[in-house]
Amino acid sequence: MTTDTPAPARLSTLDSLEAEGIHIIREAVGTARKPVLLFSGGKDSVVVLHLATKAFWPGKVPFELLHVDTGHNFDEVIEFRDRTVEKLGLRLQVAKVQDYIDDGRLRERPDGTRNPLQTVPLLDAITEHKYDVVFGGARRDEEKARAKERVVSLRDEFGAWDPRNQRPELWNLYNPRHLPGQHVRVFPLSNWTELDVWRYIEAEGIELPPLYYAHEREVFQRDGMWLTPHDSVRVRDTDVIEKRTVRYRTVGDASCTGAVESPAVSIQDVIAEVASTRITERGATRADDRMSEAAMEDRKKEGYF
Amino acid sequence: MSAAPQTTDALDSAGVPDTTRTSLLRFATAGSVDDGKSTLVGRLLHDTKSILADAYEAVERVSKERGSEEVDLALLTDGLRAEREQGITIDVAYRYFSTPRRTFILADCPGHVQYTRNTVTGASTADALVVLIDARYGVVEQTKRHLAVAALLRVPHVIIAVNKIDLLDYASGPFRSISQHVQTHAESLGLPNVICVPVSALNGDNVAERSDNTPWYEGPTVLEILETVPSIDQGADAFAAAHRHGVTHPGRADAAAEEIGWRLPVQLVLRPQDAAVSEEYREYRGYAGQVAEGTIRVGDEVVVQPSGKRTTVAGIDTATGPLDEAHTGQSVAVRLADEVDIARGDLLSSASDATESTKTFHAHVAWLTDRPLRVRDRVLVQHGSAVVQAMVTTIDGILDISLPGGTLDSSIAKGHELQLNDIGVVSLQLAQPLAVEDYGNHRRTGAFCLLDPQDGNTLAAGTARAQVPGTADESYISI
Repeated sequence: MTTDTPAPARLSTLDSLEAEGIHIIREAVGTARKPVLLFSGGKDSVVVLHLATKAFWPGKVPFELLHVDTGHNFDEVIEFRDRTVEKLGLRLQVAKVQDYIDDGRLRERPDGTRNPLQTVPLLDAITEHKYDVVFGGARRDEEKARAKERVVSLRDEFGAWDPRNQRPELWNLYNPRHLPGQHVRVFPLSNWTELDVWRYIEAEGIELPPLYYAHEREVFQRDGMWLTPHDSVRVRDTDVIEKRTVRYRTVGDASCTGAVESPAVSIQDVIAEVASTRITERGATRADDRMSEAAMEDRKKEGYF
Repeated sequence: MSAAPQTTDALDSAGVPDTTRTSLLRFATAGSVDDGKSTLVGRLLHDTKSILADAYEAVERVSKERGSEEVDLALLTDGLRAEREQGITIDVAYRYFSTPRRTFILADCPGHVQYTRNTVTGASTADALVVLIDARYGVVEQTKRHLAVAALLRVPHVIIAVNKIDLLDYASGPFRSISQHVQTHAESLGLPNVICVPVSALNGDNVAERSDNTPWYEGPTVLEILETVPSIDQGADAFAAAHRHGVTHPGRADAAAEEIGWRLPVQLVLRPQDAAVSEEYREYRGYAGQVAEGTIRVGDEVVVQPSGKRTTVAGIDTATGPLDEAHTGQSVAVRLADEVDIARGDLLSSASDATESTKTFHAHVAWLTDRPLRVRDRVLVQHGSAVVQAMVTTIDGILDISLPGGTLDSSIAKGHELQLNDIGVVSLQLAQPLAVEDYGNHRRTGAFCLLDPQDGNTLAAGTARAQVPGTADESYISI
């Protein structure tokens, strides 16, 4: 060991993460028959789509997008989703949880949340469209079970993740091989943190749905979260609705995605807030992840994102 | 690409580490049972303020439920339900933390189950490896195994955390004798850069903060080392390779990197035609890939492998504009001066030092699956972006770290099949030639995986070797 100063790094953390993400996307597409990106209009899937536009430049993104629509989405997010798809000249497939509820294949849950109901429409869409490589925006820093998932994650005929029997992932040699009926989920942002995502959004000037920034909104408190009165949220007599300045850290099912009180109106504000925040992203805003310590692990085993 | 990252503190105006300016280091941790690795990882996360309130509270709650008075930082890293139930770690887990100087990706490799599989996986991407030793027991068999894996995978920097020194009243004697033992062993394995640090993960001595309890130790803390060692894109690989050729000064790593040229596995041929983002790129033709090593410059002479055709680099493109040069780790598209037949799986190399493609080669193979590997087994070799059929022609021996001598080459015991977690020396015959290079000099193009041709599963990690153990006169990679 010497005390000499090493040569200065040529790539910053963000440069390295971007290059890795592009490498992963190109590698998966290079071996795929029919890839697809799970696109909700949420910030992580927006960043994956941005990386894809860079990976295939000067060609268009060579795959379609799939949104599993709970029917409980915020209007602003759906508007943003459709505008983004049109701008890039891509094709969007929508798998609707509502269709499954309407024809009785799925039943509404007593707590009203539809996030756990997304699994069946997702797996049906994968089978119907014969997708073999499914890109998602999940990050390992979100949750303890995700911290153990591979960048390229094999799913069986039921879409299930087997955490005890994962393939070793060696060097940057990703292995998307699978048998007929199986598919792989690919997570190009595996090594990104929430702060990295925000830094990248700032550095690249990426547009997001306006919900991510502080705005005044009618909300009420439930289970320590700020929920917004929405078609999908049953407001009880005891709920007190008030106006607060809030923003969303994730934009999922309106019935279980909570807002946080925040004055952060710009990307820079959000970065400062994320850096100093004392509660993890999912802990703060996703009621369904709080159900048990193993909530996410169970859902992934059932084929969830 | 943003401006050159800082080697000193990089904070933005809000006092937040600015990752557009800090560099990234990937490191792995390995240790044997009960040596306190999870506590060390928890301590690093805790002392760098990387643990969020709700995560800490959850750990506090569980610690109490289990009847422990102190907060068990080790619990921060238990991810899966089976792990929590059994109180052990099963699979490699990835952790993220940062300081004002650097961002870290930590591959936390458990020592309990399948430690070879896990350590090989974690070490394959690591710029540095932290190996835990319990100061009360010193170098044990698993320490030797971890060091052998570090040597095999050419991890550029190895940090030995001699843990639990608080249990020995912070005495210097045991640390000094363990250091001696480690250095002797590391030298025989050919590990270039090993540094020992006396720590107490439980109390935080010399992990992130220098300890008053060890006035006899003047070296850096574990975190200080991690903040300053060169990463891959700073020439860490090149330095490790150069070291084996007698260069001991890291400042010369850049020069060494120049000498070993560059490599780019072709992932995709970009020919947009009707799908071009604008009409001017209709006829564009570029070769997309991530620079595996070295620096590509416009005008460089290129050899395409395995065809052996030659041309020159006409341009280096990214979505945000052309580059004059591209460095290790960058994802780019390269345009070539001549129309050459190139497909996914081909390798572009700097012409000055390109290796010839081969259909037979020798390698160390870490066997990572339940069923054994036998001679004449058919496998797939995944090398860069290529996958080709292959057959195992010989299994020449199995690494046995308990044999005297201690070098990777002298520790080969007889054996004709590889079992789970064995590291063996094998020869492979390929159906199509590949530009497999000596792993000692080329960490990316010397690495490969073996895949199951039937179900596609990953069977083994391989490192190609230029010299056969005990047969120095025979070329290890032959055509």
